Amino acid sequence: MTLPDRWEMVVGLEVHTELKTTTKMFCGCANEFGAEPNTNICPVCLGLPGSLPVLNVRAVDLAMAIGFALHSTIASSTFHRKNYFYPDMPKDFQISQYDLPINSGGYLDLPDGSRVTVERAHLEEDTGKSTHLGGSGRIHGAERSLVDYNRSGVPLVEIVSGPDIRSSAQARAYASELRGILIATGASDGRMEEGSMRIDANVSVRRPGDPLGTRCEIKNLNSLRSLHRAIDYEALRQIELIDAGGTVRQETRHWDESLGATSTMRTKEEAEDYRYFREPDLVDLVPDPAWQERVRAGLGAMPAQRRATLRARLSDATSSQLDALEVVVDLGFDDLVLAAIDAGIDPTLAMARAANELASGIDHVGNLTTEAFTTTLAMEQSGELSATQAKTVLLELLEHGGDPRKIAKDKGFEQLSSGSLGATVEALIKQHPEEWTRFAEGDEKLAQFFIGQVMKSTKGQANGKAVIAELQSRR
Amino acid sequence: MQIASDVRSGATTAEAEMASSLEAIRARNDELNVFLFVDEGGAINAARRVDERVARGENAGQLAGVPIALKDNLCQVGVPTTAGSRILEGWLPPYNATVIERVLAAGAVPMGKVNMDEFAMGSSTESSAYGPTRNPLDPSRVPGGSSGGSASAVAADMTPMSLGSDTGGSIRQPAAFCGLVGVKPTYGLVSRYGLIAFASSLDQIGPFAKNATDAALLLEVIAGHDPMDSTSLPEPAPSLVSHVNDGVAGQRIGVVRELYEGADDEVVAEVERAAAALRDAGATIVEISVPEFRLGLSAYYLIAPAEASSNLARYDGVRYGLRVDAEDVAAMNEATRTAGFGAEVKRRIMLGTYALSAGYYDAYYGQALKVRTQMIDAFRRAYQEADLLLGATAPSVAFTLGAKSSDPLAMYLSDVFTIPTNLAGDAALSVPFGTGDTGLPVGVQLVGPGRSEAQLFAAARVLELADGRS
Amino acid sequence: MAPLRREDVAKVAKLARLKLSEAELDQFTEQLGQVLEHANDIAALNLEGVVATAHPFGLINVVREDELRPSLSRDAVLAMAPDAEDGRFGVPRIMGEAP
Ligand SMILES: [Mg+2]
Ligand SMILES: [Zn+2]
Repeated sequence: MTLPDRWEMVVGLEVHTELKTTTKMFCGCANEFGAEPNTNICPVCLGLPGSLPVLNVRAVDLAMAIGFALHSTIASSTFHRKNYFYPDMPKDFQISQYDLPINSGGYLDLPDGSRVTVERAHLEEDTGKSTHLGGSGRIHGAERSLVDYNRSGVPLVEIVSGPDIRSSAQARAYASELRGILIATGASDGRMEEGSMRIDANVSVRRPGDPLGTRCEIKNLNSLRSLHRAIDYEALRQIELIDAGGTVRQETRHWDESLGATSTMRTKEEAEDYRYFREPDLVDLVPDPAWQERVRAGLGAMPAQRRATLRARLSDATSSQLDALEVVVDLGFDDLVLAAIDAGIDPTLAMARAANELASGIDHVGNLTTEAFTTTLAMEQSGELSATQAKTVLLELLEHGGDPRKIAKDKGFEQLSSGSLGATVEALIKQHPEEWTRFAEGDEKLAQFFIGQVMKSTKGQANGKAVIAELQSRR
Repeated sequence: MQIASDVRSGATTAEAEMASSLEAIRARNDELNVFLFVDEGGAINAARRVDERVARGENAGQLAGVPIALKDNLCQVGVPTTAGSRILEGWLPPYNATVIERVLAAGAVPMGKVNMDEFAMGSSTESSAYGPTRNPLDPSRVPGGSSGGSASAVAADMTPMSLGSDTGGSIRQPAAFCGLVGVKPTYGLVSRYGLIAFASSLDQIGPFAKNATDAALLLEVIAGHDPMDSTSLPEPAPSLVSHVNDGVAGQRIGVVRELYEGADDEVVAEVERAAAALRDAGATIVEISVPEFRLGLSAYYLIAPAEASSNLARYDGVRYGLRVDAEDVAAMNEATRTAGFGAEVKRRIMLGTYALSAGYYDAYYGQALKVRTQMIDAFRRAYQEADLLLGATAPSVAFTLGAKSSDPLAMYLSDVFTIPTNLAGDAALSVPFGTGDTGLPVGVQLVGPGRSEAQLFAAARVLELADGRS
Repeated sequence: MAPLRREDVAKVAKLARLKLSEAELDQFTEQLGQVLEHANDIAALNLEGVVATAHPFGLINVVREDELRPSLSRDAVLAMAPDAEDGRFGVPRIMGEAP
């Protein structure tokens, strides 16, 4: 979307990411999405009288890993209490970092070459979750709500960007690149649909060169699509308001995905007085150089570098390959693809299988070894397996693991590899003499016709390249 | 502790000791309102477990069969725990405070929960939602507070020892009013896990007993690192009982003007007499002035309420305790808190909320934290002149019920001598020394740097002997 | 600092989710005013450059390993709740979203 002439938007994002720890931030309850309500709770994360928090070292490690990936300065930090009443917050305060966050400063370079600065990335705890009963199931109009505290106390890192973003597309690219980094560091699984990454956007508009306009904060954007739409909507709303002679009021706004619109949630005057003060139940966090180095040394390559590494192996990358590259790196299949290429697999084939079949079975990728992946692709490349068969073998490997040769054999995939394909082609030539004549006279398009016929009669078990070879030998 | 060694040797049984404790509780609890809940069933079970350990020839623990009273802000599984507040009436904690785990492991027999000022906010036990506790030595008077129930239980011979908590003097002042030894340990020496928080950076759990030796024993049992409390000191419990008879020879003891000035004459006279007794036992007495101590009260009455305003936010009617229904959740929170908290708690919540709020933080809370730094520096300088400090515990002996309950500031002033130690995190105790004009006990306060408990007990023991106590 | 006003107390009571009657408002304004007046001895000090102490001792880096510990039983926890339904804590309607 483009804004009306002589307007630009100024956007900063606050991204909350849940950290992929085994336990919660301040207690030993499981940090687990989707558990039965109120089964992962204890005196600490339920804020029972007398309970005290003790910081999870893994949450600190992951926060520092994020800091390193974002080129932040990692420093001594403290915890504060942010005080406000809300039923999903058991202590009626949130433990967060305030004036001394663990990570300050930094930046994120986007694939288009632009750079977005990062102001801070600090640790804090998540709240519980409410379900609204009655009305439309949404908070407004509900008669009552039910609260589940399983998520209460799950560790979060809040990453605050500078107001450097100038378009919804750039905002989306930033969120997407950040998501890739969070996954690469092992800090997060990046699953926005499960709420493990949530975004608030600060949006203002101005004429380029003017000072910053009044901003509105849009809360809880839970998909890249919402982010994109909400920012565009909000920027246009502000421009129309100003063009009509109005002024933008500083406020917090809610994005309604179904209406495609933002609406006022809270004005600046209604803003809470959070009464931040030092959390007296926690001590200072002072990661010494050895601790920092241990975390830094454990970090793998970030997505930008991994994309570059893989890109270098795709000698003449097509645009579909470049799209696949995004997916492959995003999902962390680049090591598999590189190993396959090293073993002599055609990069195009390796990329396609990773970006499609592996991506579709992402939850089971742990069952697939590098060796099994490479072997399957080698069988496909040599014509031992058709494309369809290779895909079937890959899906089977994802589901249950195992040896691709054995799977192919068990499924009877090897029978077409030799003489029987020739016989099938022979028979089809006899059935379709007109088509064969045209092919024999040089109409290459007819090759696809014969491949289709062979696939039909072999229920997809033939290899397209092998069929062409059989046809050519009879031309 | 005689009871413990008699239980271990078989001269008596834990069950018999428990029964006589129960009898003593029944004899005076209606009159004094000490126990809010007598845990008869739990006490019998605990006593029998101790007796079984003895019968099996196992070590039954340092506190084998010793009945103990627990302040009602210590969470105990399945035992009503209210912190003296209506808002927690009927609440049964699903977990034990670390100190309770430790006294149980040492063979003690918890007899139940004793009264306190609501959320430990008070100096007389009159702010309890369950009515005031009376001083066993003179029932027309208060036992002090906020651990008034813990002090009264021991003073009325209901239990030989008890646990209380001290945020600004809440163990030492009632110990003084009831003629007991009461200890505010070094911040972090005793785990706060399971102590219902008043002011987290000041709260410490500590013992009450009739003498220094028993208090040292109970502190040894409950002290030492706890991984459940981030502010817990890293080392194991210090050895204390073995140092009780170390004496004070060669020690420099500083009599601090700001720790007795303004107290009643009968109190000042005992402080002077205590200094003389310590000098007679070989200590060097030095006169010290620490003007910063005068700022302690103001700093305390900003810091403690600020932390409390946040610690007490959780009592919102959602998860446990009282709920007063209303049509939306914010109104329900408000109705619940309005009905569930008493006036003193409301005052402090509002004071703390104000001190932290936008526009006032720097002038009040922020400034108080800086005064706290100065207080710590002042103590450090004082400890260059003296190993331990001596003063009064409270400005007066036990006052009569109702004397100060309508004047919050007057009540706050009764903590003036005890507060500086909490701000600094240092160790202090109150030991009975002499009686005033009315025959009521006077407490003198001994203060030392962090981890100086052993020296404090040794000095307390010197005073006990000088005062003709066994 | 300026003396505490009645409206300050009303505002603070609202923040703290406490409801005060008119009489209580008067009484608390007077009582809290006295305490704050006493606190003016420190509010008036020049403590420029003095570091704030939030904590008596300087412990640092107190952390725990990322290891599971048993959670409480849901039945035990919901037994404490004033209102529970369907494994969750029940509350009356929530009027606004979290800030
Ligand atoms: Mg935040
Ligand atoms: Zn938990």
